[in-house]
Amino acid sequence: MNGPHDLGGQMGFGPVAPEKDEPYFHAEWEKRALGITLSCGAFGAWSIDESRHARENIPPADYLTASYYEIWTRALEVLLERHGFATRTEIDSGHKQTVPATPKRILAADMVPGVLARGGPCDRPVDTEPLFQPGDRVRTRNFNPTTHTRLPRYARSKTGVVEAVQGSYVFPDDNAHGRGENPQWVYTVVFDGGEIWGEGADPTLTVSIDAWESYLERV
Amino acid sequence: MSEDHHHDHQHHHDNRYSDMQARVRALETVLTEKGLIDPGAIDAIVETYETKIGPRNGAHVVAKAWSDPDFAEWLKRDATAAIASLGYAGRQGEHMRAVFNTPDTHNLVVCTLCSCYPWSVLGLPPVWYKAPAYRSRAVIDPRGVLAEFGLTLPETRKIRVWDSTAELRYLVIPERPEGTDGMSEEALAKLVSRDSMIGTAIAGMQP
Repeated sequence: MNGPHDLGGQMGFGPVAPEKDEPYFHAEWEKRALGITLSCGAFGAWSIDESRHARENIPPADYLTASYYEIWTRALEVLLERHGFATRTEIDSGHKQTVPATPKRILAADMVPGVLARGGPCDRPVDTEPLFQPGDRVRTRNFNPTTHTRLPRYARSKTGVVEAVQGSYVFPDDNAHGRGENPQWVYTVVFDGGEIWGEGADPTLTVSIDAWESYLERV
Repeated sequence: MSEDHHHDHQHHHDNRYSDMQARVRALETVLTEKGLIDPGAIDAIVETYETKIGPRNGAHVVAKAWSDPDFAEWLKRDATAAIASLGYAGRQGEHMRAVFNTPDTHNLVVCTLCSCYPWSVLGLPPVWYKAPAYRSRAVIDPRGVLAEFGLTLPETRKIRVWDSTAELRYLVIPERPEGTDGMSEEALAKLVSRDSMIGTAIAGMQP
């Protein structure tokens, strides 16, 4: 979707504000928000793709003014409601009123090291050979789905060169919507700055994206 | 009071998030009451990222790459395995790529679409990395962004921006500073800042 999250090339946000000796957290609630989000991810009820899409669906004015842990929290509430773990009223009141859906797993403290160490690999085998090889010229497709995609707007309908075949991975555009993992080959595709930004582009700039095979067409 | 509260909910802007401390406390309370989360697990997660998983991991990787050409080669060929050999793996580091700065090319990593970041080697991302200013401008005006970090590169230096749009996570291997011959891996690691492994700094640069 062309949501507020798709920020590449947008203007008007002012300078980057690096913070000297930045703390890991800026408030106690940020710690809890991180831990709650990861704990609920362990339920196994939704994928990382679905959670990203929930974040993208936050209304633009809210998304762009929220801190990232607020973005996570807002999206988590939507996911908890959607999957039957908590109602809006429960979340607002902070008290249990209904029996929740049964998660595949509840993250206990002693499970944390193992779960973090395993992570969530999303490489998956595919039966096909890669359509493209390093050095191939490709064009990204031009589409504007209302659903989840990882092809940024600034990189649509642009011609670049395949630099690497990176393996085959879960296809987020499907997986975010429960349509299956449907893995595809992923390629690193490099674009000249001028191809993306046109007149006045930095002549020393190249930008790469990691693109699923179905984002690409041979030139 | 409760009437005002109710009234607020009718506004377009969602005031439920004006007090995040209260909001998140309510969320933790209800999920704990429902038996869905273990507050102890939250403590364990926070402790992990405050004390165990952070940029020191990445600095170790970089210092080893500077000191050991075989390791550097392995890192180029199979970063996930090379990094795992030092004990760094797992969440948001499952599929790693190491990108090496050279005298010709400077690498800069961003996630324009969300906040993808190599947690296993750098820990939790800083606020600026997740914020709109960096995510919007890194791909169109990287030199302007770098200047805001106090880094000015030669005009002829190529800049390669890696937008982390898939599940690959990028670690920049900065160039080894001059005058560091003979330094131990431990001493070298101290020259490697978090930002130099994102690409918004170079190694040995004063933060």
